[in-house]
Order: sequence, then structure tokens, then C-alpha cells
Amino acid sequence: MKIATLRDAIAGLVHDGDTVALEGFTHLIPFAAGHEILRQGKKDLELVRMTPDVIYDQMIGMGCARSLVFSWGGNPGVGSLHRFRDAVEHAWPRPLALHEHSHADMAARYEAGASGLPFAMLRGYVGSDLPKHNDNIKFITCPFTGETLAATQALRPDVSIVHAQKADRRGNVLLWGVIGVQREAVLAAKRAIVTVEEIVDELNAPMNAAILPAWTLSAVAHVPRGAHPSYAHGYYERDNAFFRAWDAISRDRATFEEWMQRHVLSTEDFAEFYASLSAAAPAGLRGASPVRRLGAAS
Amino acid sequence: MHEWTPTEMMTVAAARLLHDECVCFVGIGLPSAAANLARALHAPEIVLIYESGTIGAKPSVLPLSIGDGELADTADAVVSVPEIFRYWLQGGRIHVGFLGAAQIDRFANINTTVVGDYEHPSVRLPGAGGAPEIASSAGEVFVIIKQSVRTFRERLPFITSAGYLGGFDERERSGARGRGPTVVITDIGVLRPDPVSKELTLVALHPGATVEQARVATEWYLRVADDVVRTPAPTDAELGALRALRARTAQAHGVAVADE
Repeated sequence: MKIATLRDAIAGLVHDGDTVALEGFTHLIPFAAGHEILRQGKKDLELVRMTPDVIYDQMIGMGCARSLVFSWGGNPGVGSLHRFRDAVEHAWPRPLALHEHSHADMAARYEAGASGLPFAMLRGYVGSDLPKHNDNIKFITCPFTGETLAATQALRPDVSIVHAQKADRRGNVLLWGVIGVQREAVLAAKRAIVTVEEIVDELNAPMNAAILPAWTLSAVAHVPRGAHPSYAHGYYERDNAFFRAWDAISRDRATFEEWMQRHVLSTEDFAEFYASLSAAAPAGLRGASPVRRLGAAS
Repeated sequence: MHEWTPTEMMTVAAARLLHDECVCFVGIGLPSAAANLARALHAPEIVLIYESGTIGAKPSVLPLSIGDGELADTADAVVSVPEIFRYWLQGGRIHVGFLGAAQIDRFANINTTVVGDYEHPSVRLPGAGGAPEIASSAGEVFVIIKQSVRTFRERLPFITSAGYLGGFDERERSGARGRGPTVVITDIGVLRPDPVSKELTLVALHPGATVEQARVATEWYLRVADDVVRTPAPTDAELGALRALRARTAQAHGVAVADE
């Protein structure tokens, strides 16, 4: 199923109980794929992501996750993730087990997974309390220098999902800009899904570009604006107004559920979701007039 | 009287500590504001590195997120996240790690993880991000944090990133490579570790601030240097550059920036 619809890709490749990583370091966040997982009612997932921001707030708040593997859980530049906090602080809508790391460690764990190594090694966690609360973080002695170094288990997600700018018709994928940990996440995973802004005849990629060859991927789906409200470099900008608006939407359980029902569960696909946000204007959730609206509120 | 806000004063005071020869690993929010103010003023050649992999970023507006497109567009190089932490941070190429924090203790250890018990927190904070390895690997660490009894804590519920741990030579013995937090900039003044005990000591007060005010805003009994100096007031050039930066940012993002 190389080029597929997002619906078919999620249905065929994401199973209840899976360990699923959606990566994208503030850039190219696979929102469309996260929404499709929710629409299909996938459950008991172990969610992995360095920066569980708004997309994981939505998924955690809808109760599809049994546990979270992460290194920083906030709404960048805005504040708390209220659904994530509610799950950790009050077990709502269900308890959420945490497996918490640092960024350097998570990045190294994906690298180890992609490299076929059993563990990642880093000069990390010196003096930190994190290892006391995470059995996956151990310390080893360097056989050459005698130094103490941190060792953590390699990450091997059942499925990794990323968003990228382009694919060609055979399913080779090109991404650029802040590429985060996407290549490592894909190469570490047993199965991989990529959503892309456009499918083109020729990638015309420069040498040494960040390419994911088609044969490393399980499915490629064409989902324009599929990273909204995050951004796709060269296509559209980050909708900062949405990230700010999310603070109020997510603060209250009922408001959150109503919003998710209306915009995600009741829409057929990401194009309908995106259209429903425009329909929901005065909220200006697509940043139609963020200056006036949010400026006046602050 | 109030020709500038306490946040403006702390941002200016922090910016003054950075210089052109600096390679600075910058956190989002106040550190990023101070570093970009320094770049706009006296340190146009400072190298700013963000953990999103943007090396030598020269944003004209402050980024809202650590991976804003503006950072990538203006960077000398954009590398992957594994690479930024491996070659550039753990590789020892960072002079200054510039961090914010939710809470800090007398030995400049930092908490950004939880308030209360880890398993049953009263407040779940975002977590570590890049900070534990920045704190241990950067040549030195600057911390910028608003000072109050809620943030300057006698005992941290959780040490996310190491300062001087229990003080004296405990950090040196821990295996941390960098020197640790050499300065803490607050909205009241500036603190530096005692050379021997490593306990944070108030060494400067911003205009209008008092020792009493600093002590009230600290849960432990704050050490004060014998020769506390007065931070020079922000100059017109400094305030002008900071306000212009914030105005550009507000216009670009459609809102006031997050550090206010």
C-alpha cells in the first residue's frame, strides 16, 4: 500500500495497544494522522513523542493513550497542556503512565532504535532526579575511560508517523527545515506512515537532502495542510493564534470534548476538519484576525 | 518612577552578560529575549543555538516555539535534533547554556518537572526538555527566573537539572563537565554562587530593589554579598531595542510575547 489514503493507512497499520510515535519538533507535526487515529477509535496506545504538545493533548484528553513516553510536555510559548495535566494530576479521562526522559536521551533512543542497537548512551542526567523515577534510565561505566554514562533502552515503536513536504509517485519522501528526529523515528519503527503536503513527479532534491526512501515506509498519504496548526516550511506558517486559543478550549473538560466532537470526530477527514475551523470563525482559530482578537483579550 | 518594568530590567541585565565571542544554547522565553536583545545591541556576532537544530539563528522577531520557521530561515545551519545534542552540546561546543526554570534552590539546582510528589503531583510541569544535558555540558549556565517564595525554594520537590547539587565540590564530583550556573538573573537582582560553598549570593540589586525585598522573595535565608552593587538602569538604547523587538514580535505573532 505505498501511496494510500490516510484512512486506509491508519486502519491497516495502527492497532489497538500499539506503541505509536508521532514526531515533528514544532515543525511538521502530524496533526491529520493524530486526528484520524481518534476518528477510528484506536485505543490503549502507548504514545511516544519528544514534545507532546497540542496533538497529544487532544489524544490524551480523548482517552486513547494508556501511557506516554516523552521529554517535554507543554504548549510552546503558551503554557500548560491542560488535558495532559488533567490526566496526570486527576487520572482523567483515564490514568496515564509516564515514561519520562530528556530531549538528548529521547533523540539518542531513536538513533539507537534506527541503528539496531539495544541501548542508547549519552553523557546525561548528571545530578537529575529523573533516573529515580524511570527504570529505563541506567548508568554504565565506559570500558575505556571509566567514566559514568547514562544508558537507556532503544526506542522501537510499532508505528512511527511523520509529516513531510513532498513525496514522489513511488513514495520517496523529502523533508526540510527543522527536521527534528523524524528520520530516526521512521527508521527505528517496525512500520512507518508519512503524510505529505504534495505528491510530485520528481523530488529534485539536492544531494545530502533529508530523504526517506519509499522502501523504508509502509504508507505515504497525501494530506495537504496535514500539519496544521503547526507549520510546513515553504507551504504555510505556524498558526500561533490557534496554539494560544487551545489554552482556553482545553482548560475545561466539557469545552474540550465539545470541540473535539464538533471539529474532529464529526468531520470525515482533515480537509473537513480544516473547513470546520473556518466555519467556527469569530474564534479566529485559523489566525484569520489574530492580532485584533487575541491582542484585545490580553 | 516606573520607566521600565521588572521584566525589562531583568532582560536587559541578562543581555549585558552576553558578548560577541559567545556560543549560546538558548531556551525559549526570557533566555531567548535576552539573547536576541544582546544580538541587537552589543553582540551582533553572538552565535545562538536552539535545540530545534538551528545553529546561528538570527531571528528578527522572538520565536514563540523553539522550532519556529524564522529560526530555520535565519540560521547558518539547520541540523537534526539528535545531532544538536550530540555534536554540538555533548561535543562541548557550547559556551553558555541559557535556561529558564520554574523553581530553583540555594545551590542553583532547577526544577521544571513537578510540584509535589512525582507520582501524584499537585502541579505537573512540562518536564526536562533539553535542560539536564545543557546544565551539565555547557561551559557555564545562566539562569533567568522571576524571584518569589514560590520560585526560590528551600527544598525542591524534584531536581530536573543539576546546579551545584549539595554545594561545595559535589558538582565537580558528579561528572558534570561544565562549570554550572555562574549567574542567576532575577527581576530583583543578580546572584552568583559563593566560590567555596557554591551557595547563591546576592551580588547586585536592580534600581529601586532592596535586600529586604530579595530576602522576602526567597524561601531560604538569602546570603548577601558585603559589597552588593547597584545594577545600572536600562539605557534608552537598551529599552528602545527591547521594546522594538517586542513590538515586532507582537505584530508577527498577533499577541504580546510569552515572557511578559
